[in-house]
Amino acid sequence: MAMTMNAPTKTKPLCFQDMILTLHRFWADRGCVILQPYDMEMGAGTFHTATTLRALGPEPWNAAFVQPCRRPTDGRYGENPNRLQHYYQYQVILKPSPSEIQQLYLDSLVAIGIDPMLHDIRFVEDDWESPTLGAWGLGWEVWCDGMEVTQFTYFQQMGGFDCKPVAGELTYGLERLAMYIQGVDSVYDLDFNGLPAGQGGVSYGDIFHENEVQMSTWNFEVANTDTLFDLFKKSAAECENCLEKGLPIPAYEQAVKASHTFNLLQARGVISVQERAAFMGRVRDLAKGSCEAWIDKNKERWAEKYEGWSI
Amino acid sequence: MSDFLLELRCEEIPARMQAKARGDLEKLFAAQIGEAGLKAGSIKVYSTPRRLALIASGLPEATEAVSEERKGPKADAPEKALEGFLRSTGLTRDQLVEREVKGNKVLFAIIEKPGRKASEVLAEAIPAIIRAFPWPKSQRWGAASISTESLKWVRPLSGIIALFGDDVVPCEIDGIESGSATLGHRFHHQGEITIGNASDYAEKLRACHVIVDHEERQNIIRDGAAKAAADAGLSLIEDEGLVIENAGLTEWPVPLLGRFDESFLQVPPEVIQLTARVNQKYFVVNDGAGKLTNAFVCTANIAASDGGDAIVAGNEKVLAARLGDAKFFWELDQKTTLEQHSEKLKNIVFHERLGTVADKVERVAKLARWLCEEGIVKCDADMAEQAARLCKADLVTEMVGEFPELQGLMGGYYAEKQGLDPQIAETIRDHYKPVGQGDDVPTDPVTVAVSLADKLDTLTGFFAIGEPPTGSKDPYALRRAALGVCSQILASETRAPLYRIVDFALSPFIDGKSMTMDLFLGDAAAKIFEGKKAANALAARNSITNFLADRLKVQQKEAGVRHDLIDAVFALGGEDDLVRLLARVKALQAFVTTEEGANLLAGYKRAANILKQSGDVASDGAIVDDLADEDRALLSALDAAQPKASTAIEAEDFAGAMAALASLRAPIDAFFEGVMVNDPDEQKRAFRMNLLTRFRDAVHRVADFSKIEG
Repeated sequence: MAMTMNAPTKTKPLCFQDMILTLHRFWADRGCVILQPYDMEMGAGTFHTATTLRALGPEPWNAAFVQPCRRPTDGRYGENPNRLQHYYQYQVILKPSPSEIQQLYLDSLVAIGIDPMLHDIRFVEDDWESPTLGAWGLGWEVWCDGMEVTQFTYFQQMGGFDCKPVAGELTYGLERLAMYIQGVDSVYDLDFNGLPAGQGGVSYGDIFHENEVQMSTWNFEVANTDTLFDLFKKSAAECENCLEKGLPIPAYEQAVKASHTFNLLQARGVISVQERAAFMGRVRDLAKGSCEAWIDKNKERWAEKYEGWSI
Repeated sequence: MSDFLLELRCEEIPARMQAKARGDLEKLFAAQIGEAGLKAGSIKVYSTPRRLALIASGLPEATEAVSEERKGPKADAPEKALEGFLRSTGLTRDQLVEREVKGNKVLFAIIEKPGRKASEVLAEAIPAIIRAFPWPKSQRWGAASISTESLKWVRPLSGIIALFGDDVVPCEIDGIESGSATLGHRFHHQGEITIGNASDYAEKLRACHVIVDHEERQNIIRDGAAKAAADAGLSLIEDEGLVIENAGLTEWPVPLLGRFDESFLQVPPEVIQLTARVNQKYFVVNDGAGKLTNAFVCTANIAASDGGDAIVAGNEKVLAARLGDAKFFWELDQKTTLEQHSEKLKNIVFHERLGTVADKVERVAKLARWLCEEGIVKCDADMAEQAARLCKADLVTEMVGEFPELQGLMGGYYAEKQGLDPQIAETIRDHYKPVGQGDDVPTDPVTVAVSLADKLDTLTGFFAIGEPPTGSKDPYALRRAALGVCSQILASETRAPLYRIVDFALSPFIDGKSMTMDLFLGDAAAKIFEGKKAANALAARNSITNFLADRLKVQQKEAGVRHDLIDAVFALGGEDDLVRLLARVKALQAFVTTEEGANLLAGYKRAANILKQSGDVASDGAIVDDLADEDRALLSALDAAQPKASTAIEAEDFAGAMAALASLRAPIDAFFEGVMVNDPDEQKRAFRMNLLTRFRDAVHRVADFSKIEG
């Protein structure tokens, strides 16, 4: 796959939604299923079942999707130009990881308007670990002129199970990339839909600023912590209920719920460093249990269809 | 003779792993070919983010043929013996040679090992090296990873160059075949490069924007960064770690100077440097007066088409955003006083059974105050208490939330900004120290009081709830805390009666309502055995002081103090003053290395042996008639030495105590020369045994000499 090295055309940089559409077209052309976001609050695209559960087992799987991410502690009441408690990740998962995956990724950067002869693109070590998912992988954060724009990971384990085969995961930080491409200093100034102001043009701030203010207030100050502690307990119990009934997908959803509730409790500042470990251990057990159940449900079929595969 | 080139090309190798990887490659290669009988004239290894390379110069074309001779059984040996020999040598009977050995006919096998072609040896060595490579972390990848047995490498391995002279050494590993082609710089060069042989490797790569020699890249970065700063009239803060890291991140390094807004300089320089260095791998820069200034140097991996302007602009923006965060935190944190911040510690659980951080602070404040009031640490008790009450406040600041490694330091800055006493600011800043070996050990008394109180509270607390470190598990870093306590007591020469201190530190856990007796007994037992409280407290105290003693031992051993001498003093027990303990060890070390000390030790061992063999004989030591002069001499020497040694020990004059012991050396030597301990006269024997017991006990007042080696 040769890379296009044409000098950048001096056309207007992509607006936020065109960037997403370009990535969709790019990855669809390379055989990916274009999925929609998972309809639950989650901390990262990695939580989408298209990543976690599909990373398990031998079946090939290529998918791309946008996932809204909730990171309550990152909220800044709309006052910080770079930090948001709600933002978007563009997630690509390629299983097994193709040998030209780095080049594919770089080509996608060119597609959205980043000229690698003008900018400094680097793969900087960043091993990824998600204690809550019982998952880890090796890879990099990809830097563009010193800014981390993508997390690039070869999954080695998910839910405590070896990934066989290994999937490659690309997670683009869409707002950061867009800010870079558009040359704006505040996320709220991003051109969302490419129309001039006053003629239907909408900025990222028009859509999300008030959301950041209100959600930050709720996350940090208002959310009822008793309710949240209760919710955590109930999600955990429901997850176990689902596991007993042999339903890994609903069980996993409850684990995701517990994880987000835990994040909210963190934002409320009511969990200490020591307790944190215990909560994370609980979520990890739920997520692992769900992955285990998922494997149990599928392993015979997988083993039959894919010679040489075993857990 | 030819040169051999090996290049293992892969996706980006973490910078921090490259130096060790080069060493490992060289070692593994030398070992592999050495086993086959090959040796290179010299071996050079190189690394870039995308390749490890090795050039072995002056490699012979083949290994030498060797002829090995092996002696077998006698010619007339039984059939069985012969069979075994033939099997082990792989020869037949008629290939064996008969020779006369001491009049016997003995069979010999002459095994000819022909030389092997070097290329064959190399073809086997390469996959073996790859499979054995000790990466600190490695991964599987691609379709082959459907099995966990698939090849592992630091990141996916994508190509192998193996050239012996001008020829490819053919080999294959997990579907990757060796060849002569590689890739150049990821963006500066398209397509494959064909390497002819080892001698054109570096230059062909250079033509494709890859400087394969890491040292050359390091030089470019070191000199280039310094020059970029100097060109702006500034001076680079040297950082060899960053030089090496950046060289490990680039194949074509280009240092570039950028700026950030001067207003960020209000933020403490540690914060700026940490942000730039850790997060961005930038060098920071001083002005002419040696003050941090608003410039940085980043290292790009490309000679950009616009000369680097866009890259600098991008990096400036990233750093500005990061510093913007830092400045925001810096200002926000100061809107709240440390006292107010401390309030929030009530919401943070320190440990579910040890209460909140606020609870901890309360205990630390009391302990720090007590240490001062008791005169153990000589400073103002009010100040120590105040500093203790504020020392954890920065944990809830935004800055420490963002950069946890700045805990303490930020509290110190905020205390200063708030106009608190500089000594309090210093205490807040330094109370975590020492955090590792080689870290500063604070000696300011207020800092010592708070720091000791903090560490002792952690130690006693976790021991009290039954969570001491076990084996390799030490989740609460109690070993480090204990080591910190020892270092601090010794560095500040604090005369700390540890038993009393630990008892005081333990008291909140023993008396408090929340986590009292279940510590040692479990709930139910606690209710029944209310009266056992004291015994439990004692047990906890002993395990904590033993733990401290063990850490001190480890620390002193690492510092080169003879471990047997440490053991000899520690074995006495009952000593809870670390300063005194160590003074005794040092005096002992000085003493046993003298001739007198060595002889006294010999005398002691002999006495101890006799006592051991005969079992202790009860005797009141009554003087018996008809004693030898040597008996009387030893008796009077003991009568003189014992009080002297005791007085000296009381006065902590351990050299004096050793000198008193030394006066026993001549009499004990003479005693062993002149008399027989096991005298047939029962009474004499008992008297002499009693003398030896007294001698042993006198020596034991100073140290347990039985633990001393030699």
